[in-house]
Amino acid sequence: MSSEAHAVHDTTTGISNNKLLMWAFLGSECLLFGGLISAYLVNRSRFHTGPAPGDIFDIPFTSVSSFVLLMSSLTMVLALSAIQRGDVRNNRIWLLATALLGSLFIGGQVYEFTTFLREGLGYTTSPFSSAFFTLTGFHGVHVSVGIVMLMSLVISSYRGTLTKKNSETVEIVGLYWHFVDVVWIFIFTVIYLVPSPTS
Amino acid sequence: MSTEAAATNTDHEHPTDAKYVQIAILLAVITAAEVSTYFVDIGPVLIPALMVMMVVKFFYVAAWFMHLRFDSVLFTRFFVTGLILATAVYCIVLTVFEFWTGG
Repeated sequence: MSSEAHAVHDTTTGISNNKLLMWAFLGSECLLFGGLISAYLVNRSRFHTGPAPGDIFDIPFTSVSSFVLLMSSLTMVLALSAIQRGDVRNNRIWLLATALLGSLFIGGQVYEFTTFLREGLGYTTSPFSSAFFTLTGFHGVHVSVGIVMLMSLVISSYRGTLTKKNSETVEIVGLYWHFVDVVWIFIFTVIYLVPSPTS
Repeated sequence: MSTEAAATNTDHEHPTDAKYVQIAILLAVITAAEVSTYFVDIGPVLIPALMVMMVVKFFYVAAWFMHLRFDSVLFTRFFVTGLILATAVYCIVLTVFEFWTGG
């Protein structure tokens, strides 16, 4: 266990300003995804002559992707736990594992989008397709940004600048990563698992 | 919030790695249960069951992996405020498209 997990900071609130800022950012991100999910739910029955969501979604494939992203949250929290113990080597391994799992998820999303395009579902095919690609595409961009942040941490670690002293940086990147996972938990259930209209 | 109050909320120890693995196994089991509803027809309880499982997964990731369970309550407030506003956006959008669209 890390007894220095949350030290008292010399700020007016006694908590880290950087963490507070990240939480404020995540709160605002809830609004962004709230808007995008609302737009999808309003438009999911408007597929006109294009493919309907119920006809095109590949639930087994997306389930595997979801599982991969869920497990990346475990590797992320293990990376944080390692750096808080001062275990730089394991921190690096878990950060790389998280980035790898995130990349697998993105690879799955690229495959899914390509399959949909081949089956006639383009970005402007219908209001449903526009809302779907915008929502899942925005989420994919967030995962990609997370991978870039994780790789920056790995590079810092190899340079010897990521140590127990600045473990808060890993914690803040971890918060972002877990948030991306939490959003996907919501998207996976509401968009994929709740029965969708068919043509 | 005073520094003393914040200290009470933030000066603590994190769970062990074994605990994190236990949480991940639980999340994997819930995900498997969610996916099974695609293959097994459970009738009218499908959507309530999916929503409950989604909320449980959401709670576990936020509370344990994001450390909201152990961190300052101020972080929880920021996050919950965002969630409430997002829900309000959803309700307003649905209301607009249901009642305020001409024809």
